[in-house]
Amino acid sequence: MAMLRLERRPTPSQFWSRATPLLAVALTMVAGGIMFAVLGKNPVTAIRTIFWDPLFGEFAWYLRGQLLVKAGPLILIAVGLSMGFRAGIWNIGAEGQYIMGAIAGAAVGLAVYPVETRWIFPLMVVAGAFGGWLWAMIPAVLKTRFNTNEILVSLMLVYVAQTVLAMASTGFLRNPQGAGFPGSRNFSNYPAAHNDWLIESAGLHWGGIAALMAVAAGYVLLQRHILGFQIKLSGQAPRAARFAGVNPERLVLICMGLAGALAGLAGVFEVTGPAGQISIDFNVGYGFTAIIVAFLGRLNPVGILFAGLLMALTYIGGEMASTNLGLPSAAIQAFQGMLLFFLLACDLLTNYRIRLKGEAR
Amino acid sequence: MKRRQLLATGALGLSLAFGGAAMAQDKTKACFVYVGPIGDMGYSFQHHQGALAVQEKFGDKVEVTWQESVPEGADAERVLTQMALGGCNIIFTTSFGYMDATNAVAKKFPDVKFEHATGFKRESPNVATYNARFYEGRAVQGTIAGMMTKTNKIGYIGSFPIPEVVMGINSYYLHAKKVNPDVELSVIWAMTWFDPAKEADAARAMIDQGVDVIAAHTDSTAPLAEAAKTGGKVIGFGQASDMAEYKPSPRVSSIIDNWAPYYIERVGAVIDGTWEQSDTWSGIPEGVVEIGEITEAVPAEVKAAAEKVRDEIAAGTYHPFTGPINKQDGSPWLAEGQTAPDGDLLGMNFFVEGIKDAMPQ
Amino acid sequence: MFGGIDPALLIAALMVASVPILLAAVGELVVERAGVLNLGVEGMMIMGAVVGFIAAVESGSPLAGFVGGALGGAGLSLLFMLLTQVMQANQVASGLALTLFGQGLSSLLGQGYVGVKPPHTGAVPFGPLVDIPFLGRVLFGHDPLVYLSVIMVAAVWAMLKFSRAGLILRAVGENHEAAHALGYKVVGIRCLAILFGGAMAGLGGAYVSLVRVPQWVDGITAGAGWIALAIVVFASWKPWRALLGAWLFGGISVLQLNLQAARIGIPVEYLSMSPYVITILVLVVMSSGRGRAALSAPACLGQNFHATS
Repeated sequence: MAMLRLERRPTPSQFWSRATPLLAVALTMVAGGIMFAVLGKNPVTAIRTIFWDPLFGEFAWYLRGQLLVKAGPLILIAVGLSMGFRAGIWNIGAEGQYIMGAIAGAAVGLAVYPVETRWIFPLMVVAGAFGGWLWAMIPAVLKTRFNTNEILVSLMLVYVAQTVLAMASTGFLRNPQGAGFPGSRNFSNYPAAHNDWLIESAGLHWGGIAALMAVAAGYVLLQRHILGFQIKLSGQAPRAARFAGVNPERLVLICMGLAGALAGLAGVFEVTGPAGQISIDFNVGYGFTAIIVAFLGRLNPVGILFAGLLMALTYIGGEMASTNLGLPSAAIQAFQGMLLFFLLACDLLTNYRIRLKGEAR
Repeated sequence: MKRRQLLATGALGLSLAFGGAAMAQDKTKACFVYVGPIGDMGYSFQHHQGALAVQEKFGDKVEVTWQESVPEGADAERVLTQMALGGCNIIFTTSFGYMDATNAVAKKFPDVKFEHATGFKRESPNVATYNARFYEGRAVQGTIAGMMTKTNKIGYIGSFPIPEVVMGINSYYLHAKKVNPDVELSVIWAMTWFDPAKEADAARAMIDQGVDVIAAHTDSTAPLAEAAKTGGKVIGFGQASDMAEYKPSPRVSSIIDNWAPYYIERVGAVIDGTWEQSDTWSGIPEGVVEIGEITEAVPAEVKAAAEKVRDEIAAGTYHPFTGPINKQDGSPWLAEGQTAPDGDLLGMNFFVEGIKDAMPQ
Repeated sequence: MFGGIDPALLIAALMVASVPILLAAVGELVVERAGVLNLGVEGMMIMGAVVGFIAAVESGSPLAGFVGGALGGAGLSLLFMLLTQVMQANQVASGLALTLFGQGLSSLLGQGYVGVKPPHTGAVPFGPLVDIPFLGRVLFGHDPLVYLSVIMVAAVWAMLKFSRAGLILRAVGENHEAAHALGYKVVGIRCLAILFGGAMAGLGGAYVSLVRVPQWVDGITAGAGWIALAIVVFASWKPWRALLGAWLFGGISVLQLNLQAARIGIPVEYLSMSPYVITILVLVVMSSGRGRAALSAPACLGQNFHATS
């Protein structure tokens, strides 16, 4: 180690920024394979089950579609979060905004049950985005008005949202025909409010469309729009941003609101589609995982798209390894952690050159 | 209309694909889906014990696989589909929240048997439901609690206000009251399925307020450990598993979820080709709810009284909810000699007369 | 109205309930004062919980357990240190990955220890002091870690405020370029801070599995690490305010359960969300008005440092 030193590249390496993810996956296969071997499983089979089978295995025709189902909410939330992260605004409560979006959207649909008109679903989507936006506005307004730290407020509001979710499932949104059991009506039995598959084999529902649109819009915003410029400038040089006429309070409201609205959208698409209903355990951590996805994608919408799909692959492949090979789900978690470690560590090569000590620059 | 046809075609495709897989195997494959980690030492752990018993009973004739920590909703649907595709002949979905996912997947795989725990929907002929009458065990515990309390204050730590938990509380209270008319019940809702530290705090709050017998419908041993710190003044019960490490006191008895008899019977039926849809709700008589050893920390007459309740339930001569019983607001529920219909119990969302805590919502 | 609740018992209970988050928060506070944001507190806590549990069970000694817990937490933080200080990886993502990895690894390590009872951690023998009315119960009936958690707050406060090491640590967190120019080893100092933070989180985790619960089950810390992170923010990176925050949060958590048991008629849903809501409200009150400038985070928080010369 002492023989090596790091030298920062003047600009990030194009080659390495594309090659490092592959290198990281390869390293994870080696390290993960060792772990699986220690656990008494065939490492080659395990790795193949996780990375290959969901894409090209016997049941890939089904599982490929599931990739998008799983990645959709992650991408949608992560794109929203990435704007704030770039501007130095730390919304880590997307999980709560996701929950509140789902509740708000579902509440609108359930309130008009069983009316059938084509306007119901769009209205629910708007309500969902609004619910997430509103929940994100609490930390945003508290920050701009009272200088209250948004990390704490947004995080604490996740727990509050979870309690509201429990209230909704056992109380105000409970299915009146559910024999007293917790949980709302299932939207798959309510066509006007159902987020049905658009292309089932591709796992595509409106949430997937929204995620892809968010990626495209995010890309345009950052590259072409003045707001994108302001966001980037505020993160890199807050003082310069002020001189350039950026209003930091407005930026907080916009970034938090955007992230909240997108998380809320993810929630409403999930509750009306794949999840089907409001239940006590409706949320499964997308809001937190999306933070990882945002950074793995280097806060870049296109990068987030790939990062989201990669995360989804490890979830789905991990499940297969777990059912088919009897790997404990904890091993899959550790494996995911390893993959993230390698991805993050290998990123070094993008921004730095490794030189021998004493070697000329 | 078009969309529906497309779906039906998709379902056909799935079942055809499965049909091929089923022909190829000679072993019966039994699969289990757990909501928590096997290492939770409680609910999921006990289901897994049942799965292992199946393996032991049938040996080479069955292959048992499982998946831990499966979130409810979309993830459950995918895991179930993967299992069905992977050749499972019978799939046990062990949590209430899997109800809609189980029924949705079952429609696509008419040749696979699905067994859903604690639910009520059987939308296609290949779905059966099963549940355990834990309230029968609570009757035994309530009897011990009523006779053992010196302060006349007994406690119950619940997870969420859902029928499953509420009927346990009612049964516990009614039987304590029966042997001790002065008894008062204190209920704390943890509003979480799993947070051992919070369960410990809840137990301590009760102990600090003079409660000296604590029952819990959360799975960790934390309440027992808290009771142990009082040096014998406070007693409690094992929940889900025996929790024998706290014998003879504070753990004076326990309710053990013993799913093995049911799992062996149902997997056996699949092997013999005699499996049929059913709705099984079994308890102490069938051995699914077991009462763990009543220890010497309990006086002989208390032990005798508790065992009498247990034996009468086992013999089918006594139903823990036998009238007259009024609801909390004084309105009549069961008339003299009337026993509770199962439907009332499954959807129970009221406390019985005498409980002073308000029912949430 | 508050008939059944004894204030002395309540205070005693809140002190115990707050120990894990307080220990972890004080550790994370030092890390963040050095300019490093480690969001992996939950992962380090649960590693501490399992390693501490194993050490205690195997050796039969709670002391070995707590040492093991601290080592377990510090061990996992080594990974974070390697990633962020050597490999220049993003801190937020590395921290979250650390939590994921820690949760998985702890469950694998703990597989053989589910359902085992650890050795008992006794109270500190204060003799007759325990019998003093009110104060005896509040102050003298606890296990050693309760006192240690308060001592650590005082020690960190004194270190940051009065010692040269504290001055350097703060300098590294506020302006790493300047600290480097003055000849301080920014990376080395941050590495030590990260290890300290890991050890404290691990100790907090071991407290959960050895004293609070005491048992090993998967996921035993159940999110305490996240609360600890929030407490650091609540404290505006000041040790005594971390104590205040931990006791406030722990106090309301305990109080709401007591209020439920005492049946005072507030719906349980509102009681259940009260610790979070009240923490937010108190922070709003504290952060508005006077002293706004003093509330800001260390200037270099979350930024990696690479010496260019």
